[in-house]
Amino acid sequence: MKSDMEQISNLSGYVNIVGAGISGLSAAITLASSGIRCNLISSMPSERAQSVLAEGGINAALDNMGEGDSPEEHFADTMRGGCYLETESCIHGLTKGAPDIINELARFGVPFTREDNKIIQRPFGGQKKRRTCYSKSSTGKMIMTALIDVVRKYESEGLVVRYPDHVLTGADIKEGILNFVTVKSRMTGDVIVLPGPAVICCGGLNGFFEGFTTGTTQNTGDCAAILFNEGVEFANLEFIQYHPTTVAIADKRMLISEAARGEGGRLYIERGGEPWYFMEEKYPESGNLMPRDVVSREMFKVMRDPSLGGTVYLDMREISKSCWKNKLSDLREEIRSYLLVDPAVTPVPVAPGIHFFMGGIRVDDGHRTNIKGLYAAGECASKYHGANRLGGNSMLAAVYGGKTAAESVIKDAGVLSGILNIQEIGKADHSDPVYDADTILSGSVRNILIRGLGIIRDEDSITSAIDELGKLYKEGMHDIDLKRIKLAEAMLMCARERKESRGAHVRSDYPDTLDDYKKTTCCSMNNGKIIITMQDPLKERR
Amino acid sequence: MMGRYIIRILRRKREEDKSYWQDFEYELNSPGDTVASALRNINSREDLKDASGNKAEPVIWESSCMQQKCGACAMVINGRPGLACGTKLAGFKKPVVKVEPLRKFPVIADLMTDRSILYENLKTLRIWLECDAELSREDIDRAFEASECIQCGCCLEVCPNFYCGGTFFGMNGVPLANRLLTESDRAEYEKAASEYKKHIFNGCGKSLACRDICPRGIDTEKMMVNANALAVWKRRKK
Ligand SMILES: Cc1cc2nc3c(=O)[nH]c(=O)nc-3n(C[C@H](O)[C@H](O)[C@H](O)COP(=O)(O)OP(=O)(O)OC[C@H]3O[C@@H](n4cnc5c(N)ncnc54)[C@H](O)[C@@H]3O)c2cc1C
Ligand code: FES
Repeated sequence: MKSDMEQISNLSGYVNIVGAGISGLSAAITLASSGIRCNLISSMPSERAQSVLAEGGINAALDNMGEGDSPEEHFADTMRGGCYLETESCIHGLTKGAPDIINELARFGVPFTREDNKIIQRPFGGQKKRRTCYSKSSTGKMIMTALIDVVRKYESEGLVVRYPDHVLTGADIKEGILNFVTVKSRMTGDVIVLPGPAVICCGGLNGFFEGFTTGTTQNTGDCAAILFNEGVEFANLEFIQYHPTTVAIADKRMLISEAARGEGGRLYIERGGEPWYFMEEKYPESGNLMPRDVVSREMFKVMRDPSLGGTVYLDMREISKSCWKNKLSDLREEIRSYLLVDPAVTPVPVAPGIHFFMGGIRVDDGHRTNIKGLYAAGECASKYHGANRLGGNSMLAAVYGGKTAAESVIKDAGVLSGILNIQEIGKADHSDPVYDADTILSGSVRNILIRGLGIIRDEDSITSAIDELGKLYKEGMHDIDLKRIKLAEAMLMCARERKESRGAHVRSDYPDTLDDYKKTTCCSMNNGKIIITMQDPLKERR
Repeated sequence: MMGRYIIRILRRKREEDKSYWQDFEYELNSPGDTVASALRNINSREDLKDASGNKAEPVIWESSCMQQKCGACAMVINGRPGLACGTKLAGFKKPVVKVEPLRKFPVIADLMTDRSILYENLKTLRIWLECDAELSREDIDRAFEASECIQCGCCLEVCPNFYCGGTFFGMNGVPLANRLLTESDRAEYEKAASEYKKHIFNGCGKSLACRDICPRGIDTEKMMVNANALAVWKRRKK
């Protein structure tokens, strides 16, 4: 019997992290600080990952605002916000671990906004206490800069080896075990075979909705599509978060952070020539800070009501001068530059836009997938957020999830070093140009998905979207295009299977939330067929 | 200015090939359209043809955030380095816009360059915290600004003293050096300070060409003065 330490050191050099946003960096730091050398693969350097866009903040029950906040309350808000679709155990882990995470980030030098040397916290949607720590309105960028610097030190010690212009091209999975992944350099076209376990941190499925999300073009969804087609189980793909306050700018939707409402921004629509602050009237307790699924749904309804003005505005005129200066200066600048108005003076027209994917690779509390040696964390994994994510919880989940996944790799070292056929890292004997998915086909897939997976859905629209997707299959099409269509089909099939309304999944034909569906929608490929089942939330894989 | 634009792109398939100009037509859809909008639109055309009607290959370029926050799309636009996603076409007087790859870095293809030297240099400079950060109220704003650098490379593109592989590393490490020196006591940074002196302080000709170029609006002069004070003049952090 080899000792634990020996088994762990066997893995050194053979753990592959795919994705270098917050979750990938967090996993790399956890492994490297335990002395395990890892490979950090990303299609672009970390500075370009979607995580740098995160604005409003990151949650932890520090109770710095003296409101009696606690991890238990954070737990309760997260469970309720996610409509009870997660295991209690994982949410307990996340919310109890949160204060330590913030303290660690502060030690890494994240310049959280402070008063009297204390990190201050802002209110965010769906939360009863002021719990969101922030760096003005650029929290993601500040966290990324600090984490990148930590990882750089490990790079200099040889504990993290970066492959910073490499896309995942394949995963060799046989009999439920991952043997290696292949990655290809976007610069040289060289294909490299990387044996060993992998932690997938490739971000959300934005690439399926290109131009219509607040995220990046870099998260193409190709990585998820490849894994899905190799038999990796996915979950809850029907839950897509529409953020209430986004604006169309050239090439994408720009987010106006929830921080704007947290600091006093109000939503209205015109009614009889007067502004009607509909959220405040309908939900007197939380008003504009209801969870995002509720706000987006209400906006959708009032925008379609012919007796009302048609456009919803975000009115930020009551935000104080000092708040603009100290907490939201970057947001104000951004709105001025893109929309050519000063939000302190003029209300801004907004509409819900695709922002976050609660669904993704199905993992247990330890971030294990159904494949031995394969883990997933961050936005690509379906964990913590259930049917609707609370603002400020996803960066937290990315840090915590990356760390938890890496800890599971360490715990599983014995099993992993036993089953994995460790071979030399090597260059495959071919290199070819990187194939980007067919943009015209991707556009068609996107348009079909948007029709089937709008804020409010029904059986007919979903089924006709599935039929339309079916017509896109063609003889001789490129492998990655084929795989993308399959995953798109799975998203629609998940939405059709859930015959209820819950969180971000609203069915006009099944408006009620049903106990029978307090389950995870699981989907996987078997012999070329997509199989959908409803199962209990997953605590531990055996 | 609305209407039809010509996007004139300096192209080559591989680094070793000769580059050539190719024109594409682009109809401005809205005053917010940027160089990135045009490139995206060009690449989404079925049977792509250039402005003379010849068959053309999609243009190779990099993008990610489309919001001037990630640095991926830096290129030279009408002679000036900038972000494609932040450069509005309507802002140009003439409807012909010339787009080239950054010239200081090896070209991979078309508008895509290899900027890996940026990251190598940051490693040589030992840009990482050696101990826990301690931030006082006054330091927060400085650390915030210093953390904003997106590693696009525009400041190096205009720098008369920087070239890839040279001993002078240019501006891109300076904001981050500021972050470290602001956030913790400089006594820990003897080695980093000495690299800073060797690779930045000694080579900078103070031309300040980088002053107005940063797409994030980082005040490079202020950053440089402050980093020099901390690293070279050993002024202790208050
Ligand atoms: C505009 C915006 C604002 C947000 N604001 C907040 C907020 O205030 N608070 C909050 O908690 N959350 C916020 N979020 C959500 C949060 O930022 C993300 O969920 C989180 O940062 C995701 O981190 P990640 O590590 O999972 O992935 P990402 O940061 O998306 O990183 C993905 C990584 O995977 C790599 N990759 C992708 N595809 C491939 C491939 N095929 N091959 C190889 N590598 C690949 C990329 O290069 C990248 O390195 C916001 C999101 C957006 C878009
Ligand atoms: S795409 Fe990110 S800066 Fe232009």
